[in-house]
Amino acid sequence: MRGIITVIGKDRVGIIAAVSNILVEANINILDITQTTLQDIFTMIMLVDLSNPNLTFDQLAKKLDDKGEEMGLSIRIQREDIFNAMHKI
Amino acid sequence: MINTYEILETIKMISSESLDIRTITMGISLRDCAHNDMDELAKRIYDKITRKAEKLVKTGEDIEKEYGIPITNKRISVTPISIIGEAANGDYVKIARAMDRATETTGVDFIGGYTALVHKGYTDGDRRFVDSIPEALSETERVCASVNIATTKAGINMYAVAQMGQVIKKSAELTAKEDGIACAKLVVFCNAPEDNPFMAGAFHGIGEPECVINVGVSGPGVMHNALKKISKDADFTEVAETIKKTAFKITRVGQLVANEASRRLGVTFGIVDLSLAPTPAIGDSIANIIEDMGLERCGAPGTTAALAMLNDAVKKGGTMASSQVGGLSGAFIPVSEDAGMVEAVKAGALSLEKLEAMTCVCSVGLDMIAIPGDTPDYTIAAIIADEAAIGMINNKTTAVRIIPVPGKKVGDFVQFGGLLGSSPIMAVNKFSSKAFIARGGRIPAPIHSLRN
Repeated sequence: MRGIITVIGKDRVGIIAAVSNILVEANINILDITQTTLQDIFTMIMLVDLSNPNLTFDQLAKKLDDKGEEMGLSIRIQREDIFNAMHKI
Repeated sequence: MINTYEILETIKMISSESLDIRTITMGISLRDCAHNDMDELAKRIYDKITRKAEKLVKTGEDIEKEYGIPITNKRISVTPISIIGEAANGDYVKIARAMDRATETTGVDFIGGYTALVHKGYTDGDRRFVDSIPEALSETERVCASVNIATTKAGINMYAVAQMGQVIKKSAELTAKEDGIACAKLVVFCNAPEDNPFMAGAFHGIGEPECVINVGVSGPGVMHNALKKISKDADFTEVAETIKKTAFKITRVGQLVANEASRRLGVTFGIVDLSLAPTPAIGDSIANIIEDMGLERCGAPGTTAALAMLNDAVKKGGTMASSQVGGLSGAFIPVSEDAGMVEAVKAGALSLEKLEAMTCVCSVGLDMIAIPGDTPDYTIAAIIADEAAIGMINNKTTAVRIIPVPGKKVGDFVQFGGLLGSSPIMAVNKFSSKAFIARGGRIPAPIHSLRN
């Protein structure tokens, strides 16, 4: 199972480091990463491997959400399937 | 490979355009619960519903979290109670209470199936059952009732039409303190589908399997935003294409959720209902989509054509995205649940008669319409007859969910709350249909019902 993490908000120092730290602790590998600034809004998207995490999906989502709140950003994780379902045949 | 545009498009649909899965509805057969003692029957029904749907809400919540898509309602539909209760002596309302208790235990939002199918006539049990509807709806919170009074194959049961006028009036009176809220949980159908996941008309048809998962999608807000992005001068070919593509995307998410819910619960997947279901949230409105096409207000001349195209394009896009399609599938046009419709009524653009015309081309019928509390029962019955005639002749589902709000008159405003929204009281034609409704009997099935 793979997940998509999206970080949306104002750019600042340490965003990738903060998210990566959580992923390292949870034993989650980053498969791909991209970042852009669209209309002054910073967007980072990570594709991650969720096949062997040491946290439940719920716990991971909460950790990311809490970190987002702390940094004034929106950080969410969703299973990759929802994007594939909508955009790929 | 990460496609930033696609990922952000999906996230925007969910976070700012009100994309949601409107409902995961578990259909449960109660045929094995039948018993000749009403108390024992009610107990069996409660036990079976709570056993089958034990994990429904938790599973829905897990899917919501993992996919990041809201699932607004989790619901249950059951075999028509008029059939299951026919052999039992006693009060049908006991079953309604058991159903209501089962919703509390399982945590679902609504349960449908307090239903009778009387399109060709009543059995003795049907008669007792339909009489019990006002009490059942006023004594319970989450139980929804429906009565099918016509089909294209059987014609229109005009005795049932007349009785439903009275049942609606009585249901309103018994819940007068809550503005007749019982009527918001009661639908009168022509050609009722057996696999509809939407309330208040959901029931688990007698041709359905033991247990099934049906999913209803939503997404008027997404459609509204998609149409805002194309040029105002775009012709209707481009408008229809935009609607189709958007419906496809919305429905693919519905299919994904349906597959996942079905797998996790170990229950057969039934259908995805391709409906565009509005909510009272600003922008999540069918009326706004119609206005996007160039009409000043929903209800202006051109509204029926706009709705016809919308309804058809939604089906074309949605059908390609789902393996099994069913239920009502199309655009809903409830008044109180759609902020744009409410505005159109307030502005004087939208009347009951225009809504009736719109029901010829949308997926259901006159829905969530508040009318004066002193509207006679035979007038309500005649409105039902008109809607049933549209359904019967056009071989489509039509329905009436109308609320004669006690003590209110045209120009007053009523608040139902939650997804049911709020509405101005709409004017009803004052001329009498009393002698027409008093005739009774059955309007014969149309010639094109003879297809064999």
